[in-house]
Amino acid sequence: FRCSASALTPQLRDTLEKLVNSNKVVLFMKGTRDFPMCGFSNTVVQILKNLNVPFEDVNILENEMLRQGLKEYSNWPTFPQLYIGGEFFGGCDITLEAFQSGELQEVVERAICS
Amino acid sequence: MGVSKEQVEASLTSKLKPVHLEVIDISGGCGASFEVEVVSEQFEGKRLLERHRMVNAALEEEMKEIHALSIKKAQTPHQWKPSPDSATQTKDA
Repeated sequence: FRCSASALTPQLRDTLEKLVNSNKVVLFMKGTRDFPMCGFSNTVVQILKNLNVPFEDVNILENEMLRQGLKEYSNWPTFPQLYIGGEFFGGCDITLEAFQSGELQEVVERAICS
Repeated sequence: MGVSKEQVEASLTSKLKPVHLEVIDISGGCGASFEVEVVSEQFEGKRLLERHRMVNAALEEEMKEIHALSIKKAQTPHQWKPSPDSATQTKDA
């Protein structure tokens, strides 16, 4: 299955907006938090667990429409995709760098306490 | 098929005009994967997320084939030059 036209219909955009705002921290990943199917997804899960952050995990491997739509919605071509406070934060590299610098903890705290 | 390291280098070079570029092929059987380090003037005044978006955009065509792309470095020449070997951290404003 391959999308040539835009996968992001107005309805899907609406659904995604609700989804990224359904929890303060939402991780779109390959697999689940308990069974990550890719090392990059696993890295972000481990970081969030390390910070003890409550988060919602969404397995994009189970929904091709969601997967294609999200790439456009985030303007980001790969997974995992981390959303904090309803905003796209970044993929694995950005999350790892922000974790190491302490920035991630600040952003998460700000979102959760707002 | 797939994407070669040379293709990735060529696209990044033509779009981002890097003063330093390193592309490492880290594909381990499950498709093309690369690690990249880019140092470019064009990153000046941009946040890390925007810088990564610029790298992704430069590789828009290749990304359709690339399984994983790891952006290890997206720095300005100013951040990169002083001490690329030392452990000093450059922090984004």
